[in-house]
Amino acid sequence: MSDTAHAGTDGGHDHTPRGWKRWAYSTNHKDIGTLYLALAVLAAIVGGSMSALIRLELTEHGIQFIDDFQFYNMLVTAHGFVMVFFVVMPALIGGFGNWFVPLMIGTPDMAFPRMNNVSFWLLAAALVLLVASTFIAGGVGTGWTVYPPLSNADFHPGMAVDFGILSLHLAGASSILGAINLITTILNMRAPGMTLHRMPLFVWSMLITAFLLLMAIPVLAGALTMLLTDRNFGTTFFSPEGGGDPIFWQHLFWFFGHPEVYIMVLPAFGIISHIISTFSKKPIFGYLGMAYAMLAIGFVGFIVWAHHMYTVGFNVETRSYFVIATMVIAVPTGVKIFSWLATMWGGSIDFKTPMLYAMGFIFLFVAGGVTGITLANAGVDQAFHDTYFVVAHFHYVLSVATVFAIYAGIYYWIGKMSGRQYSEIAGRWQFWITFVGVNVLFFPQHFLGMAGMPRRIPDYPDAYAGWNMVSSIGAVITMVGAFLFLWILFRTLTAGAPAKDNPWGEGATTLEWTVPSPAPFHTHEELPDMGDPKAAE
Amino acid sequence: MSNNAAHIPPSAPRRGKGARRTKLTAYALVGLVGGMGVLVATSQPLYQAFCQITGFGGTTQVADEAKLAALIIPVEDDPAEAAPYVTVRFDANTNTKLPWRFRPVQKEMRVRIGEQMLAHFEATNISDRTIVGTATFNVTPYKTASYFNKIDCFCFTEQVLRPGQTAQMPVIFFVDPEILKDTNTRHESTITLSYTFFADQDQSAAKEEAAARGANNNPANGAGIKG
Repeated sequence: MSDTAHAGTDGGHDHTPRGWKRWAYSTNHKDIGTLYLALAVLAAIVGGSMSALIRLELTEHGIQFIDDFQFYNMLVTAHGFVMVFFVVMPALIGGFGNWFVPLMIGTPDMAFPRMNNVSFWLLAAALVLLVASTFIAGGVGTGWTVYPPLSNADFHPGMAVDFGILSLHLAGASSILGAINLITTILNMRAPGMTLHRMPLFVWSMLITAFLLLMAIPVLAGALTMLLTDRNFGTTFFSPEGGGDPIFWQHLFWFFGHPEVYIMVLPAFGIISHIISTFSKKPIFGYLGMAYAMLAIGFVGFIVWAHHMYTVGFNVETRSYFVIATMVIAVPTGVKIFSWLATMWGGSIDFKTPMLYAMGFIFLFVAGGVTGITLANAGVDQAFHDTYFVVAHFHYVLSVATVFAIYAGIYYWIGKMSGRQYSEIAGRWQFWITFVGVNVLFFPQHFLGMAGMPRRIPDYPDAYAGWNMVSSIGAVITMVGAFLFLWILFRTLTAGAPAKDNPWGEGATTLEWTVPSPAPFHTHEELPDMGDPKAAE
Repeated sequence: MSNNAAHIPPSAPRRGKGARRTKLTAYALVGLVGGMGVLVATSQPLYQAFCQITGFGGTTQVADEAKLAALIIPVEDDPAEAAPYVTVRFDANTNTKLPWRFRPVQKEMRVRIGEQMLAHFEATNISDRTIVGTATFNVTPYKTASYFNKIDCFCFTEQVLRPGQTAQMPVIFFVDPEILKDTNTRHESTITLSYTFFADQDQSAAKEEAAARGANNNPANGAGIKG
């Protein structure tokens, strides 16, 4: 063990650890970032396959092939967990965060490299536990919100939910350690001259996201612990027979769950800002406004949780407060959208694949944001609660916009990460297929929701036929796009053209483009001097 | 392995002022996590207190005779006041795992606002074992909960019923005249008081009772539960 630790830290450029030890024992931010990205791609295949099964079952009314409804519930639940905790978060925070925060702030590595390794392997263990839970006692069929009483020992008597809870505990511990690492790195290890107000926006987004994680995850962990003791040790936090209250779970869950959606989307904001600026060949419009808009979104995100619970019976004053607080979020979000558009305005725009994805992100995030404002109204939500309208809304902002940011980030940085550049023509095809696919997939779900189709059902009255078929066709198109992406990834890594240090030209001004492609094992051993205001974004 | 082992790339400053700052930051962040942990660990009593104070989720108020005595009951024929009567309806439920029959003795009552009232519920144990039950309660509309006061209620304590035993369970309550001053509640003409009985998780009182009677304590009698 000491041998390997030795190998992990003392290698020069030509003496990197080799073989499986390089990855298993890695303390290098780039290798760990790569591991996170690989895990995210793997989990995306698992979670994507689950959604494909769901969409196939829903293609027509009647039962197609899933006649075990607990299996259907399990698919819906696991799809949510996998996508949130094992695709979006690892890709954006663990993957891009690890790779590019140290590169962008000009530091050789994260503050606590060994803890970084622990973070990753905790997450890998969490994924194993979650996958294991799907094979035990019918799996976790609670939905990703795990509401009691459905999740208590009466309705889920097997060990599946316990496995799920422990999986989330591990994933949470991983996130907390990762967040401490990111914040410590960003606050203490920036290159000389890089003040907070000169930090690239992606680093800003990671800083705010990390704080959200530190404040939200302990609440989830506490709630899950209460659920675990309710299930196994006879406590009654969430069951009325002992004086508990199932609504209490909803408060705790959403106090975590709402910041969680910003945890997923803020890093995407950061990536999109860089790409828009790079391909418009202009510095980002309203840099400080962009940074503080993210801070505002993060802060307000903690005081709006009950808009997920309008139907539990709040009085009218409580609902008014949550409606107004929720709508306030549209203001900083609007600042960001405006600034992106203003950055593009008058720019010399280069429509490379990352830029297409970034513009797709803006378009789809606005679409999802508008339905979010619709749902923020407590009165409207009485009708839309738990319908496909909600499904369409959160898939527009998360499954589509955020995943577009992940695609964009991979296309933008793959040359830096792998030293090989993707095929531009294939990338554009992949974008357009995916763009058409996701819109055909999710837009009709608004209509289904407005017509009253409930979420999480394996069958529906034939009134909802038609748009469900369209939606499933969209799913097939999206899958074609996803397979094309995997092929592009494979081709790029095996036979891609060598990437230049800065393939994007004058618009790409952040520090990661000053190091060679692929980024060598150790970078920024000589700290770059950012005293020159032009050097920073 | 490496022949330049002395070359250690700086990850974090290992000594000096930078190292202290790094440590301090990390400790502060661990403190933040700990703080949130304490918050969530104490959230259950906080939430309960919040519900009781605000009537959140239909949680009724607990009052004593002194509060009742201090009330100013609105004059019945004062035209400035809304109708000083409300109808209180009674609803009774049992959890499926509790083999009791539970019903309100009266379906509804016309209640003069500010006046103390007595209502009865009736519960029968239809199994062949002694069971401890505990009742949860709320009123709807939820917004009236903070004006619905109970002076005494069977729901404040656990109830023990022997096999086949029937018990009358009283509730003494009044509706606070403040309900007429709240613009959201002044026009409510009906309040529904609802109870749900659950088998108490703590069944020790049933065992004591059964032991005291020396009754048959056949462990297999769970199969005899009806309902």
